[in-house]
Amino acid sequence: MKNFIDILFGKKNIKRTISFAIVILAYVIITVLTNTIRVSRLFSSILVPVCCYIVLALSLNLCVGFSGELSLGHAGFMAVGGFTAIVVSGILSYSIPNTIIRLLIAIIAGGLVSGLFGLVISIPVLKLSGDYLAIVTLAFGQIIKSIINNVYLGYDAQGIHFSFVTNTIELAEGGRMLLLGPMGSVDVEKISSFTAGFILILFVLFVIYTLIGSKNGRAITAARDNRIAAESIGINITKTKTLAFVVSAVLAGMGGALYALNNTSLQPSKFDFNTSISILVYVVFGGLGNITGTIIATSILYVLPELLRSLQDYRMLIYSVVLIAIMLITNNTYLGQVIQKVKLIFMKKGDSHE
Amino acid sequence: MSEHVLETKSLGIDFGGLTAVNNLNIYVDAHEIVGLIGPNGAGKTTVFNLLTKVYEPSRGAIYLDGEDIKKLDTVGVNKSGIARTFQNIRLFSNMSVIDNVKVAMNNESNYSFFDSLLHDLKYFNEEKSIEEKALKLLDIFDLKNEKDTLAGSLPYGAQRRLEIARALATSPKVLLLDEPAAGMNPQETEELMNTIRFVRENFDVCILLIEHDMSLVMGICQRIYVLNYGMLLAKGSPDEIKNNKEVIAAYLGE
Repeated sequence: MKNFIDILFGKKNIKRTISFAIVILAYVIITVLTNTIRVSRLFSSILVPVCCYIVLALSLNLCVGFSGELSLGHAGFMAVGGFTAIVVSGILSYSIPNTIIRLLIAIIAGGLVSGLFGLVISIPVLKLSGDYLAIVTLAFGQIIKSIINNVYLGYDAQGIHFSFVTNTIELAEGGRMLLLGPMGSVDVEKISSFTAGFILILFVLFVIYTLIGSKNGRAITAARDNRIAAESIGINITKTKTLAFVVSAVLAGMGGALYALNNTSLQPSKFDFNTSISILVYVVFGGLGNITGTIIATSILYVLPELLRSLQDYRMLIYSVVLIAIMLITNNTYLGQVIQKVKLIFMKKGDSHE
Repeated sequence: MSEHVLETKSLGIDFGGLTAVNNLNIYVDAHEIVGLIGPNGAGKTTVFNLLTKVYEPSRGAIYLDGEDIKKLDTVGVNKSGIARTFQNIRLFSNMSVIDNVKVAMNNESNYSFFDSLLHDLKYFNEEKSIEEKALKLLDIFDLKNEKDTLAGSLPYGAQRRLEIARALATSPKVLLLDEPAAGMNPQETEELMNTIRFVRENFDVCILLIEHDMSLVMGICQRIYVLNYGMLLAKGSPDEIKNNKEVIAAYLGE
């Protein structure tokens, strides 16, 4: 029993427990709300995207916060995962009518393909650092978007048809186009659900907390904190950074898959530079390396512009004012001291209990 | 071949036109504590950087247990048994004290990422043994009570001790200490000397140390090398070095 309490509330694990508790609590409250009172359509329509962006922000936090590598191309991984999931789900729509199993397969496939891209890109990318790395990942995001913009992919009884730049595909009767170049995908079967998003967040939290608690996680933070010292104790920096980058790509691909299968149509232009930057904003506001903070910041910063939709032109104005306000408040030294004092009081209480 | 644990043969390095270290022949035997001293800028830390392959030697060779380490890089050198500390402390300041030690034992455990994801028995057992070993090391260096503090917020002397603990956690054959007593008061230096002696007696390791604090060098080293302008000026027991006219001249001027 004591062991069990330690696993949940021990000094090392309390942060993990809080993250999981917040997510589960939010899920329960929202589920109860949607089932008892009539919530607005806007509210229920943003639930899945919020889950997706939380997953994306968590995955980027692994890359930027824990590994210390600034990536500006996370929308690229999101796109790879998303369109992979659409293709997989489209092809399997007849053979696997069960949407839950199909969604699961599509998300896994999205993650794997995205991870593969991450692995290929990490070879040149991780030789760079700082600004150079940011520029290359930014370019990667743009390249992925442009490639998908030019891919035509169809599926019929004879198998998969593929063409690049121009649409030369002639499908047999009963066939379907899955990717239509700049038009992206249309008539996608919407199989994502809020519950699926919730489970995916739990899975991502599990992966990230396990990773950073294991020897690989220690190596990742060590390589970030002091590269020379990390090498001097026998840590292979390239291997370590690659692992973090690839895991981050896999998780981002999964988030993208969930996102893609929540829309009836999806254009590649959705995954542009702005999306990458938004995700980075969530991570920075949540705190680099702070997982619970990332979840909360993403929820607030994603929901806010949606709520302000009725204000139309003033929407982005208010959004940016709020961003600046948060920045000023969280960097306020006086406020920081107050928080520190409160923390100390709580810590003392905790000690006297022991 | 040779029975020395660590040996260099006519080791040298040039930075452009400047010869930082030249024709250096030193060795360290098992269970020995050897000092490397010299005036500022003599090239002592450069020797450490050569031994750990931070710099690639321009000339000469380094042998570890009789094997040439020519082909190894910094990571490889550590894996084959040379660990070091740094003159300007390089800890993982945003990690806890115990994690600083645990991370140094990474090459010892061979569970994979998937083992940790599955939380299987291999993962649990290896994490447990790492934790136990890390606590033992922290106990030796009197850091057990601070195990959950961030390394960066430790006092200076404790940071120096943690760096030695971290280097030892890689189970090295040779331990290179770069000014371990720098910034310590006489009492702390005394404690450090005892700890270094304890390490020599209880671990299968030999120690090569750079130090300016002569009480420490003369107190614990069996042999001393004196470096001046990148060349070996003198070698011998502490008593021989103390009375060597050339050494005194190099330190105090003619």
